Amino acid sequence: MADWLTPDQWSAVVLSLKVSFWATALSLPLGVAVAYLLARHEFWGKQVLNGLVHLPLILPPVVTGYLLLLTFGRRGAVGEFLEQSFGLVFAFRWTGAALAAAVMAFPLMVRAIRLAIEAVDPKLEQAASTLGASRLWVFATITLPLILPGVIAGAILAFAKAMGEFGATITFVSNIPGQTQTLPSAIYSFLQVPGGDSKAMQLVLIAVAIALAALFLSEWLGRAVARRISGS
Amino acid sequence: MTLRVQVSHSFGAFKLDVGFEAPAGVTALFGRSGSGKTSVINAVAGLISPDAGRIQLDDTVLLDTERRISVPVHQRRLGYVFQEGRLFPHLSVRQNLNYGHWFAPRGPAAEFDHVVGMLGIEGLLERRPGGLSGGEKQRVAIGRALLANPRLLLMDEPLAALDEERKAEILPYLERLRGETDIPVLYVSHSMAEVARLATTLVLMDNGRVIRSGPAHEVLSDPENVPALGVRSAGASLQATVSAQEEDGLTRLEASAGPLFLPRVEAPIGARLSIRILAQDVILSRTRPEGLSALNILPATVTAVRLGEGPGAVIQLRAGDDLLLARITRRSAHVLELAPGAACFAVIKSVAVAQSDVGGAA
Repeated sequence: MADWLTPDQWSAVVLSLKVSFWATALSLPLGVAVAYLLARHEFWGKQVLNGLVHLPLILPPVVTGYLLLLTFGRRGAVGEFLEQSFGLVFAFRWTGAALAAAVMAFPLMVRAIRLAIEAVDPKLEQAASTLGASRLWVFATITLPLILPGVIAGAILAFAKAMGEFGATITFVSNIPGQTQTLPSAIYSFLQVPGGDSKAMQLVLIAVAIALAALFLSEWLGRAVARRISGS
Repeated sequence: MTLRVQVSHSFGAFKLDVGFEAPAGVTALFGRSGSGKTSVINAVAGLISPDAGRIQLDDTVLLDTERRISVPVHQRRLGYVFQEGRLFPHLSVRQNLNYGHWFAPRGPAAEFDHVVGMLGIEGLLERRPGGLSGGEKQRVAIGRALLANPRLLLMDEPLAALDEERKAEILPYLERLRGETDIPVLYVSHSMAEVARLATTLVLMDNGRVIRSGPAHEVLSDPENVPALGVRSAGASLQATVSAQEEDGLTRLEASAGPLFLPRVEAPIGARLSIRILAQDVILSRTRPEGLSALNILPATVTAVRLGEGPGAVIQLRAGDDLLLARITRRSAHVLELAPGAACFAVIKSVAVAQSDVGGAA
């Protein structure tokens, strides 16, 4: 396709988009559920869950990647089980890159959605229940529509974060061109070889463009939340 | 339909322990802020779970802690009008009104057009709640509750957040509602004027307990309840029929004890009205006074006397078929020898009756 990119560059861009898309899409329902739990419920172990969700934000990415390798690697407890039961392999596959990106982006996603949920007045949800709506219906007809822009903003942030994930990914699934070499890994690789600067710069520009687009989109959606909740 | 409530609950040091019956019509829960009114209504709605109690609507048990029954909020089929409206900001007025109908298709649906017409919100249907005035929001909230096809209507200070003009705008709608539906309405308020205009049954609450309950006209005209109602806002209501709109701006009404003249009341001739007369606005005289500026002089008989601990006294009078309250000094009660059976005249200044104290008869 685009002949100004080499196949290696092109595959890195496509792989990054694929990894980020699936990382975001599959973690989104869980993100909404966790954000809802943290925003609306008091339960035993809430602080533990909160800490766990935010851990990847605080830990060095390499540490997160190594922990993923220990857990989801072929000899890791969960990894071995998943491979034997479902034939699902993470280690050194693009699926592993998606998992690493999802884990690293999760705190940002949950944070954005949680803020949106906290902006919804629980009295509105109460009013809906007095009108006959069960909990699930209240969520579907009141909470979700009101937080939708926040959910989309959280997803875009997560997508952008996933596009940029490097440390955990390279530790967990390495840097195999065409397999696990995402955009940041590719930039890193090009910088390691003499004369790779210009190729790296092209990818840098693509990364900047994607990041800026994501940022503008999430800003715009953030304003939409405010408009929607004020009802004007 | 009749709602029976028996609930006890502790909130830290505050103990709620109430029991009362609410028949069809408007049952007002009246008391100071903090007396537990809202907790009672929330227990009926299922928004709080009382420690012990039983709440029953005719044969339907909503709560019975002994039998471990507690119907979830969304299955109680109530209409709840909150103080702040609580309209859904992302839905249009029409969608707000229809919200409860999605979940309550059973039974004959309250008619959309009828409710919208009664509340005068035809022109707002396609708008978003964000652009509505406080009074408009509250009317939509009332419509939304009605259209959920409820078995019981709960109203928690629906007018408290509004200014006097908005209140005057909504009160007539509530009076029409009282006349047009047979579902019980539980109405929480700390405004005596609202309660006197709307309530058919009155439950007086203080410090988490019911201190008196019964038909509103009985409770309101009982001198014993004056301290609980507030000496400055206590008063009984006269029923009267508009008989003439006079040229000098007065309206003539016929009460059972005689004619009444009030500043212009916007009501057609023949309209049956309920006029609340504050106890402190009534002057008593043993002989028919002459040369007096007050236009309204009704012959009456003393039926009860309550001497307070201070300098005040409250006299209950029968004027024709109506009961009146008069708040005078103990000294006057003594000098005039006012005792049950004594004949006297109740003098009421026309201009003392506020427009907001004149409403449709229940």
